[in-house]
Amino acid sequence: MEQPQAGPLSPAYLSMSTSSFTEFLRAQSPDLLPGRRQLGDATSLQAPHGTTIVALTFSGGVAIAGDRRATAGNTIAARDLEKVYITDAYSAVGIAGTAGIALELVRLYAVELAHYEKIEGVALSLDGKANKLATMVRANLDVAMAGLAAVPMFVGYDTDAADPARAGRIISFDVTGGRYEERGGFHAIGSGSPYAKSALKKLYDPDADADAAVRTAVAALYDAADDDAATGGPDTVRRIYPQVVTITAEEGAVHVPEERIEAATEAVLDERRSAREARR
Amino acid sequence: MTLPIYASPEQLMRDRSEYARKGIARGRSVVALKYADGLLFVAENPSATLHKISEIYDRIGFAAAGRYSEYESLRRAGIRHVDLQGYAYDRRDVSARQLANVYAQTLGAIFTEQVKPFEVELAVAEVGARPEEDQLFRLTYDGSIVDEPRFLVMGGQTDPVVSKLKEVYVEGSALAEAFAQAVQGLKAGLSNGAELGKLEVAILDRHRPGRAFRRITGAELDALMPANGDGAKEQDKQAQGEDKGAKQATADKKEPGKAGEADKGRQAGDGQGE
Repeated sequence: MEQPQAGPLSPAYLSMSTSSFTEFLRAQSPDLLPGRRQLGDATSLQAPHGTTIVALTFSGGVAIAGDRRATAGNTIAARDLEKVYITDAYSAVGIAGTAGIALELVRLYAVELAHYEKIEGVALSLDGKANKLATMVRANLDVAMAGLAAVPMFVGYDTDAADPARAGRIISFDVTGGRYEERGGFHAIGSGSPYAKSALKKLYDPDADADAAVRTAVAALYDAADDDAATGGPDTVRRIYPQVVTITAEEGAVHVPEERIEAATEAVLDERRSAREARR
Repeated sequence: MTLPIYASPEQLMRDRSEYARKGIARGRSVVALKYADGLLFVAENPSATLHKISEIYDRIGFAAAGRYSEYESLRRAGIRHVDLQGYAYDRRDVSARQLANVYAQTLGAIFTEQVKPFEVELAVAEVGARPEEDQLFRLTYDGSIVDEPRFLVMGGQTDPVVSKLKEVYVEGSALAEAFAQAVQGLKAGLSNGAELGKLEVAILDRHRPGRAFRRITGAELDALMPANGDGAKEQDKQAQGEDKGAKQATADKKEPGKAGEADKGRQAGDGQGE
């Protein structure tokens, strides 16, 4: 393995024509690439799994949110895992599936986007970013076949879009690298996704503002946690709340501050409490 | 069979140095300087797309003078190097010092081993959490590395630019003032009567989280531009005079007042010119 060192840059560094960091790794340090492992059957392996991610568009942007739980079999492996990552100024990725594989994927992906932008002087187009991620998911297929599947969901703000109010986009993937544009304006992945999606279906409003979208995302995750054991609900004792990233033209991709998520969670909980009171 | 003509190693190195130096001097000047909030790069560059200044990593910037194809390949190699380093270890493990060393090794090897040396001069800069931690390195064609404490000038006619900057440079200036200093320096390097061409400007901003590198273009650059034509020359003189006067005084506190006075002087100069 060629580790970076203090000696002169090898001629390959100077002469390579690729703008892709993954291609560069493949030539220079292939052992750092994900998905190049010799695997047996890993289905019996209880590696930590991340679970539910939801995404929805709103007027002038897009939001993506994830719960914080990772499970290994029937135990909780992590309570405060971060599953939503900002990958560049206008995109973010949420991950579900085998945590180790997914974290490695998203880390390489963020470097890949920044690397391209630095080398070429311009960022990739939104579709370019999504296609790149699809290739990286496909490269992981062998590992997925062995039982360690990891699937991301991509959200981005398309700075080239004709209508800035509808420029938020959501793209989902399957383990074979299939890339699906979610034109409905919302989507969820992971074990709690059926419940989250049913909630989103009722609550989704394409003309909502960012705050309302954050609240909807939190509510959908609450519903997922309600029925899916692998999805973590809000933990008011440890003050662990879902993670939300919003992407807008003005601010780019930013993590929503914890106070705002806490407030949104409280609002959802109050709403549920009062609905229950009213039924009595 | 004819014997190759003997040339002493000294002669060889001298020839190569001269060749590289000539190539670098043919281009236009690039100025990099430290200011209060980080580092500022200003280059005269007629092209809007073939950059002389670039981002290398989160806190590291790069500027170059000389032959484009050569420094471009060094720039790409540098980005590959730091991205690999940051991916294999951690983003915090990437430093300008280390990158500068790698560049020095590379340039040194090319200078001694290859027939034609690279006709480039590089600047590698890193912005730290505090002004004392800012770093600015100069790499020359033969692999020499210099840690510059205040500013550096590369390419073109450097001597007049350096002496001008020595006069006008003030440590801990705000961005607008630092930019005015750099422009004054670059103007000093122009041959008589020539106008300063299109500028490529970028900063490494200490207060930007994550990626500190930012280009300054369009309206923002126009707003920074001090003035042009005769007025600017007046301002130069004024600033020069003021600088001598202010030398003994504490530089930082005098700054706002000084800039204001220089401004008045410029307006007055405009009036006289007309």
